Amino acid sequence: MAGVSPKISGDTRKHGTRIFIIWLVASIIGSSLIYFVLGPHLPPGTMTNQARGQQFDIKVLSTVATPVLLFVWIYMGYATITWRLKKGESWADGDGMYLKGNRKVQGWWYFITSATVLSLAVFGTYELIAPAGAGGGEGPSPIWKPASHHMLQVQVIAQQWRFTYRFPQYGGMETTSLELPNNTQIQFNVTSLDVIHDFWAYQLGVKADANPDVNNVAYAKPDQLGRFTVRCDELCGVWHGAMYNYGTVVTPSQFNTWATNLEKQNAAVTKLLPKYATTYTPSYTGAGGGYYPPGDPNGNL
Amino acid sequence: MAIDMSAPTGVGRPGDSPANGTSRGKGFRLNALTALIAGAIGYLFGHWAGNAIASGYQQVQGSGQNDIAVILGYLFGTVGWFAGLGALNYPIKKIFGCEPAGDEPSYEKGVGKYFRFTLDHKVVGVQYLFGMLTYFFVAGLLALAIRTELLSPTNHIFSPDIYLEVVSEHGTLMMMMMTSVVMGPFGNYLIPLMIGAKRVAFPRLEAASFWFTPASFVILLSALWMGGFQSGWTGYAPLSIQQGVGQDSYIMAFALMGFSMICASTNMIATIINYRAPGMRWSRLPILVWSLMATAFMMVLAVPVLIDGLYVMALDRTAQTSLLYGAHGGSPFLWENLFWFFGHPEVYLLAVPGFGIVSELAPVFCRKPLFGYKTSAAGMIGVSVLSFFVWQHHLFQSGMNPDMRPMFMLTTELISIPTGFLYLVGMGTLWKARIKFDVPMLFVAGLFFNFLFGGLSGVYLSDVPADVTIHGSFFVMAHFHYTIMGALIFAVFGAIYYWTPLITGIQLSSKLGKIHFWTMFITFNSTFLPLFAIGLLGQPRRVFEYAHRLQTLNDWVSISAYLLGLSLTFFVVTFVWQLAVVRKPSPKNPWHSRGLEWQGAMPPLPHNFDTIPVIQSGPYEYGDPNAIPMVEWGTNGDVTAPASVGGAS
Repeated sequence: MAGVSPKISGDTRKHGTRIFIIWLVASIIGSSLIYFVLGPHLPPGTMTNQARGQQFDIKVLSTVATPVLLFVWIYMGYATITWRLKKGESWADGDGMYLKGNRKVQGWWYFITSATVLSLAVFGTYELIAPAGAGGGEGPSPIWKPASHHMLQVQVIAQQWRFTYRFPQYGGMETTSLELPNNTQIQFNVTSLDVIHDFWAYQLGVKADANPDVNNVAYAKPDQLGRFTVRCDELCGVWHGAMYNYGTVVTPSQFNTWATNLEKQNAAVTKLLPKYATTYTPSYTGAGGGYYPPGDPNGNL
Repeated sequence: MAIDMSAPTGVGRPGDSPANGTSRGKGFRLNALTALIAGAIGYLFGHWAGNAIASGYQQVQGSGQNDIAVILGYLFGTVGWFAGLGALNYPIKKIFGCEPAGDEPSYEKGVGKYFRFTLDHKVVGVQYLFGMLTYFFVAGLLALAIRTELLSPTNHIFSPDIYLEVVSEHGTLMMMMMTSVVMGPFGNYLIPLMIGAKRVAFPRLEAASFWFTPASFVILLSALWMGGFQSGWTGYAPLSIQQGVGQDSYIMAFALMGFSMICASTNMIATIINYRAPGMRWSRLPILVWSLMATAFMMVLAVPVLIDGLYVMALDRTAQTSLLYGAHGGSPFLWENLFWFFGHPEVYLLAVPGFGIVSELAPVFCRKPLFGYKTSAAGMIGVSVLSFFVWQHHLFQSGMNPDMRPMFMLTTELISIPTGFLYLVGMGTLWKARIKFDVPMLFVAGLFFNFLFGGLSGVYLSDVPADVTIHGSFFVMAHFHYTIMGALIFAVFGAIYYWTPLITGIQLSSKLGKIHFWTMFITFNSTFLPLFAIGLLGQPRRVFEYAHRLQTLNDWVSISAYLLGLSLTFFVVTFVWQLAVVRKPSPKNPWHSRGLEWQGAMPPLPHNFDTIPVIQSGPYEYGDPNAIPMVEWGTNGDVTAPASVGGAS
């Protein structure tokens, strides 16, 4: 056995200090750039409280991840430059440092990683609870609810391969397009008539699986006007890729006009729909066609 | 429990008597071809029987095919496959009280033994290596088909159903087959050599574990001829209940691969616990052995749950139960929970062997002891244990009751602590090292670079608010490709370059290896790094249409994927060329490793060791001028002493 190379044993340079200083400078610059420059442009934007919360989380996580990434890169880069075998060198000169561990280093590693991870878990939990579930589907019995008692109820009905929307506060009318009032708390009640879909209103920061026989509730409060995209985010069959549409956030008065007009226009059709409910049991025809239960006045089943 | 301590069947010495079960007369022997014929006969019989007993079901389901016939076809086909291999002869004779004849010679020349049901762990390891590479490249070709479709957001190469068939086949093939990409080739081949054993504990289980894989592979691919399955590798119900008979291929193929994993891991655990050489204490065990031990425990605990789930799905599809369908008392959540209870440990049973490989290789190319050996082993065990407590992070928006979300967020983030030990160990090993960037070490460095992206992006997915944006998007796809391909597959290639001289006695070209590494490293990152951005910008997975604004990024990814495919093709061509044509002999122990596997003959003897090795020190004592050799060759003997003999603890 060759023993430690003289090149290593005779090396008295303070590598740790050098690495630390390079890392510290790079981390301050990198994290600042991420937080202040890139951060405000990160997805999914700031159209709702929930989207803003998600953007903040992604920004914080990126800011925390940057020093970790830089530490590994800088350390490995430094090690590669400093301790790789140079031209003409070989292992015959000797081995690397005989070092099986270092309690201090290992102890600090355990402490720092544990503290970081636990802090992120506490942060994530706060960010989940404060904006009422952070835009994610909370199931039929949500436990993190907005303070507002006056919420617009919007039922999202998914089926292969489209979304439709029912508004119980407007006579249970059903539409194929979605308009939402600005500065209004909205409760999405997401369900499916066939397989599992997922209602993903990207700019609103809302994502909730649409399950048959389940009412999956999610909340959002828009505070910017504009268009948003709705996509199905759970594989639901052949035309999953084409299951998308668009919605618009409008002023409350514009919304009221739109909804009231549609309620009137659709009144005759709405009568034929099944009574508004949080879920609709699919009939025996199975996928897609089972909106109407047996015995429904309009059904031939 | 009685452990068979007699000379291993099929791995004896020249001249061993037939009574030892090590030799048999020449002549026709069952092989993969007879297995294929018997499998086809079995399939036809099962299909006929299914149609005979349930002829009306296709009308009930309106699918035009009878699921019962297809499932029974695959079931009997698999039985035929094993019968055609001769794998059932031994147990059947035992059941009827007959003493089975010996199996096959262990000194057989040529490649014929690789196409038979053999009990030599080294033959099984090589079978696995080429099998796994085949499965990987077939699934990789399907990935290129996916990227071709995604060249344009609106102009399509495939119809939507064909596209989803390809996506589902790619995902399922990769996720079910690659579970064994380390344990199969390297675990089976190397573990006995690394722990000083002449055999594995259960050679028949080991051999069966391999021969399940081609059956599983063929069955899964056969779905393409039956309309495929469009439910992805996750197979969420009720979509999977709604699917045509291609879904039955998914059920059977995944279940067979599950049986393969159970067989392989049972053998692995028993071998490591019982067959260590004298002196091979737990504290001297090579770290790869620790990683495979942890992996094997994950497999035996997680895989049965998958098989249960598949059984439930099969019942819904054949016996018309409604266990996964809400309308009649079941619940789609049942499948989601069963699947991910297996699925998330699965991610770690893919990753942990990769950690083991790089931790095994790094000391050799750094000429240093592994930094924090116990930390490394504890990290792998910690990851394995925690992996059973994180599965619901896949279901944060599913509609299940939300009260468990903070806990699953916590457990998922906690798992990054033991996972991070990999970096502590790797970086500590680099400290004041003498690093030589031979090809295996390049792949080790590649893993450390890639897995950083995979690991850090996992923290975003564990955070519920951030997950609302990125769940189900291309961000997730980038994340798991970085953890599985960027880590596991890079580790596998490192292992191939490292251990090929041992396995074949052939030296691989360093120059060609470096070309392969650099092209693969650059194109891999060029392919998968932009996918994080694509996902963050709102592209869901498994879609054939996407926003026009994302076309440039998608095209970049597709072109990079083609180049990645070229790099992998370069590997295949040069690897096969060097093994089959060039055949440059390797010097003994070319990496100057202390590892036990390198101290014997190269390639290893059919019975591994002439004498029982007695382990004197650990495998990573580089840099210690007073270090004694790892092994002292013991007395002659035909039996492998259990670890409890001679001081192992």
